[in-house]
Amino acid sequence: MRTKIEVRALKKSYASDKGPLPVVEDVSFSVQDGEFVAIVGPSGCGKSTLMNMMAGFVQPDAGSVVIDGQPRSKPDSRGILITQYGSVFPWLTVRENLMFGLNGHPIANKTELADRYAEIVGLKGFEHSYPHELSGGMLKRAELARALVVKPDILYMDEPFSALDALMSLRMRNELLRILEKERHTVMLITHDVEEAIHVADRILVLSPRPTRIQATFEVPFPHPRRLASAQAQELRVAILRELGVDRLGD
Amino acid sequence: MERLKEHFPAMAVMAALVAVWWLAVTATKSVIFPTPWGVLTGTFELLKDGTLWRHIGASLMRVGTGFLLAVCVAVPLGLWMGWVRGAYNTLNPIFQILRPISPIAWIPIAILWFGVGNASPIYLIFISSVFPMVVQTTVGVHTIEKRYLRAAENFGVSRHTLFTQVVIPAVLPQIVVGMRIGLGVAWLVVVAAEMIALRSGLGYMIMDSRNAGNRYDLVIAGMIIIGIIGLVLDGIMRMLEKVRWVRWRYAH
Repeated sequence: MRTKIEVRALKKSYASDKGPLPVVEDVSFSVQDGEFVAIVGPSGCGKSTLMNMMAGFVQPDAGSVVIDGQPRSKPDSRGILITQYGSVFPWLTVRENLMFGLNGHPIANKTELADRYAEIVGLKGFEHSYPHELSGGMLKRAELARALVVKPDILYMDEPFSALDALMSLRMRNELLRILEKERHTVMLITHDVEEAIHVADRILVLSPRPTRIQATFEVPFPHPRRLASAQAQELRVAILRELGVDRLGD
Repeated sequence: MERLKEHFPAMAVMAALVAVWWLAVTATKSVIFPTPWGVLTGTFELLKDGTLWRHIGASLMRVGTGFLLAVCVAVPLGLWMGWVRGAYNTLNPIFQILRPISPIAWIPIAILWFGVGNASPIYLIFISSVFPMVVQTTVGVHTIEKRYLRAAENFGVSRHTLFTQVVIPAVLPQIVVGMRIGLGVAWLVVVAAEMIALRSGLGYMIMDSRNAGNRYDLVIAGMIIIGIIGLVLDGIMRMLEKVRWVRWRYAH
């Protein structure tokens, strides 16, 4: 397997009233092509800043992000960022949203391609609906489809499902895994949900509190479909939670 | 039936006002102030000889021309000021000084520049409705949510796509709000402008009715007609808010 993303000694501070506030302190790791890496960490630790630097939206103070051997300085459609807030354009229909990213690409049959991805995520029949006519889960599906239709090498997902209820969030995870079986993408997922990370990721990075650095790395060697109730999965969960400073688990 | 119920209180208050007006005029035995019946017969008189339609047509033509000119200037200017920081910093202070000046204050200058023809009121309408529309459009661009601009940036689309599929659709609801405000001001101003010197229009009709024989029945008829047309114009602008392109803004 070849290396897809290389994060080299990233550092970032934000200006505050009391001088510079270090947020990300010396983070380095690499991600293999097609790998699914989850990042967990305490809230406010700088996870999103790290993700924004990887996607090219925020420039690091020091260090670099290298993708396919090329340094990344600004966002482009090879790596699509999905956040919990959602960014499906409310003034475009589902189909128009899906076709948005295809604008300017020399692809014939953009409509067909958009409709095919709408079908993949289960939005067949809603191509002409506006986002305000969709439920929260359907909106997430539309966002996912809009990202996938441009065939990005990398999906950056920043707590993508955390605005959904627990059941819908679980459904979306399964949906994501089902799609990733068909088309291989490299995925970076930020989550605060350790179980979600164990459910979907190949590797889990645990970040320290701010200023953040990588505190621990866990491989998730279980084959899909995974049983989260299994003894090994629970053991891994306890180990990760311990890293996050949760010792008493109430069970 | 439901709608009737909803409108009943408003109708009742209007009927009460007309009744009070009528009683007051009869009680005071006023010779100049007309009764509601007098206003109604006066209106019919104007309808019959066709002058009312001529005045309404003249006023609407002036409002239409001045307002459309203002839209053509305000929307591109507002988009530009909203998008380009330098344009905003340069032009906004000037607009903020010009904006609070009442259109009435412009009347002498309008007459000086454009004479007493149609151009003067059209200019006044333009000047009064252009500023609210520029401001609303600029605010519209400034308040586009960042997550949408980021998404557009992420997909690496061209400037053309960014403008036609993100910026303009996002701002359109604000533009419609600006147009509604602008048309309201325009209608307010045309009547005032026509009172100065012109041979047609509802404003002229009001002043002329008073000057030519104290026809206060026609003065009041003119006022009521102005009110009703203003209501209709606002209703038309409100219908624009239901158009497919802006409806998303009012969902939820």
